[in-house]
Amino acid sequence: MSKSPEVGLLQVLWLGLALAAGGASADTLGLGRPALAEEIAAWDLDVRPDGTGLPPGSGDVLTGEGVFAEKCAACHGDFGEGVGNWPEVAGGQGTLDNKDPVKTVGSYWPYLSTLWDYVHRSMPYGAAQTLSPDDVYAVAAYILYSNDIVDEEFSLNATNFTGITMPNADGFVVDDRAAREYDVWRAAPCMAECKDSVTITMRATALDVTPRDDVATAAPVDLIAKGQRLFSTCKSCHEIGEGAKNRSGPMLTGIVGRAAGAVDGFRYSKALKTAAGGGLIWNETALDAFLTQPRDYLNGSKMVFAGITNPEDRKAVIAYLKSHSAQGDTR
Amino acid sequence: MSEKRPNGTSRRAFLRGGVAAAGAVAAGPMRAETPDPLITEVQDWASGLGVGVDEVPYGLPIEFEADVRRRNVPWLTADTKSSVNFTPIHALDGTITPQGCGFERHHSGAITLHKDDYRLMVHGLVERPLVFTYADLERFPRENHVYFCECAANSGMEWAGAQLNGAQYTHGMIHNMEYTGVPLRALLNEAGISGDLSDKWIYVEGADAASNGRSIPLAKALDDVLVAFKANGEALRREHGYPVRLVVPGWEGNLWIKWLRRIEVTNAPVESREETSKYTDTLADGTARKWTWVMDAKSVITAPSPQMPIQHGTGPLVITGMAWSGHGRITRVDVSKDGGKTWEIARLDRAGEAKALCRFYLDTTWDGGEMLLQSRAMDETGYVQPTKNQLRAVRGENSVYHNNGIQTWHVATSGEVENVEVT
Repeated sequence: MSKSPEVGLLQVLWLGLALAAGGASADTLGLGRPALAEEIAAWDLDVRPDGTGLPPGSGDVLTGEGVFAEKCAACHGDFGEGVGNWPEVAGGQGTLDNKDPVKTVGSYWPYLSTLWDYVHRSMPYGAAQTLSPDDVYAVAAYILYSNDIVDEEFSLNATNFTGITMPNADGFVVDDRAAREYDVWRAAPCMAECKDSVTITMRATALDVTPRDDVATAAPVDLIAKGQRLFSTCKSCHEIGEGAKNRSGPMLTGIVGRAAGAVDGFRYSKALKTAAGGGLIWNETALDAFLTQPRDYLNGSKMVFAGITNPEDRKAVIAYLKSHSAQGDTR
Repeated sequence: MSEKRPNGTSRRAFLRGGVAAAGAVAAGPMRAETPDPLITEVQDWASGLGVGVDEVPYGLPIEFEADVRRRNVPWLTADTKSSVNFTPIHALDGTITPQGCGFERHHSGAITLHKDDYRLMVHGLVERPLVFTYADLERFPRENHVYFCECAANSGMEWAGAQLNGAQYTHGMIHNMEYTGVPLRALLNEAGISGDLSDKWIYVEGADAASNGRSIPLAKALDDVLVAFKANGEALRREHGYPVRLVVPGWEGNLWIKWLRRIEVTNAPVESREETSKYTDTLADGTARKWTWVMDAKSVITAPSPQMPIQHGTGPLVITGMAWSGHGRITRVDVSKDGGKTWEIARLDRAGEAKALCRFYLDTTWDGGEMLLQSRAMDETGYVQPTKNQLRAVRGENSVYHNNGIQTWHVATSGEVENVEVT
């Protein structure tokens, strides 16, 4: 993160080269330096509807099912049905004109390129840009299959890519508010006797979905509170407390002092199952070691987390976990 | 120093204790029966010393304003790292939103990106693909402009009817800041663009995991888009894209790419996830509008509102709110106290500025009766903010984005305020 003198020197050199090469014309300032082909290739990843930008590769439905189960299903469900508030990616066809339409890749997305591009660049959530092109082809094939767009023998590649037409490809119109709305809204506004009567048809308090204001002034800075704040990072994948459910990570209520790999319904990694078989108990020492560097402590763990380097922070997080453990739920 | 004041502000105490007492406050001039000790007794703060300079090298609001803060709606999203929170517009006045309480919307969390690690690439259909550092950007001639940034989903939860009880929640996905930055056209010119530009686009993306790429017609890019690095005079906050974000005046917030890292000149839109599966508007027949970039004229009364009940009884009352339009300047705002039967023209605090928030006031008298408060904005194109029912008649009830319908607040005789829908 610190600025090295070399970087500055390099910039000066580049600038000199750009100027020498005639890179700056009369109406430019000669700022910036030429982008190298390798640099453009590293960042220019977007894929267009006509397949422009697709790298070589291929992947079939069966392979995609495996990748999806491992990398995607924790949020999107085994069959793309979505877990909790996470997006469903399959189903919903024929619902777009219903009240509360179900918008999925199959029911709504107009282009296959969008799916490929998004999975390639931005998924899995929290570990973007870790899937190989072949894996992305495979996941895309599986999602197409989940939406009944291809059969289970299908294999997707850069060549047959443009042969796939998404069901809702023709479902979009370019913004037509100017034609359909603006002339109507531009009428002179009524100022008096605009309506005969006014009645209330709906009240927000009847629904009662507004968050209650729980702002506390100057909360005591104790260890558990500190741990709770630090735990916000963990909350992407873990729930804790009363009614906590498994998400992409297991629920953590009662974790301190519990046997490893013991939460019902969570699919643990092989590594964790092996450790559990060996009698691993999540006591404070084990948690402290695991949280220092999860991948070192348990090579092969599914937990996508680099670890907590500060021992005081680990202590706080463990104190928070403990507050939701054996001696009773204190929060 | 003096003893700590009992928990919280008078407003919060009021909300906690119920509001029945407020209606009982008598009209007419106030009268003191006994001398006020705050006046007759020497207070600690009038005798002792306050805090010195350097006590707080960078200041935050005083503790009594702790309730003026961003809030989210936890049930709305699965994870706070792909979520939104809301500006406390109910408690703000004027037009500029302090950065520290301007709403946040992330798709994969607010990333920490050092200026020294910042790179901006301009490439595609340009003569000279270039890479700029942060320091490079500060060497281009720069400009300052005030613009609102509104999420296309602002008021989206209200499509089906009154849901959330507070202006912060119904209209808080907006902020309004003074941006310092370089016109995007200067960077494009530096890279060299020529030939027929009328059918060209740019594709812009951020450095975060979501990248949030969007396609924008080149004409807009050359018009008023800014590559901004300061807001309200200081560096952008991390949550707003530090060190550099795109500012796309008048257009939906999703286009205002944070942690901007790449600008590609293209001959067609990319049709990315954010411009197909999201930020498209489903109509009643199941088709959807796309490329609905402009934020139409809109307004809301920020006080009184559910979080800002009337606590002072009858008599003089300031009704205030804000109005904005992606089409240009706000020219007029009307206020109704009877649910839209009759309207009065509100006072604009200053003449509206293009694509920026405009503050309005109606300085009035409350007789203690019920009110159904509404506001209606008009912009320089003659656009008049429609009612929610007018919008639903055209679009149906399945849209999420671009709900700019007129908001109604019911004021009870107690002074309590509630989000309602009316005929």
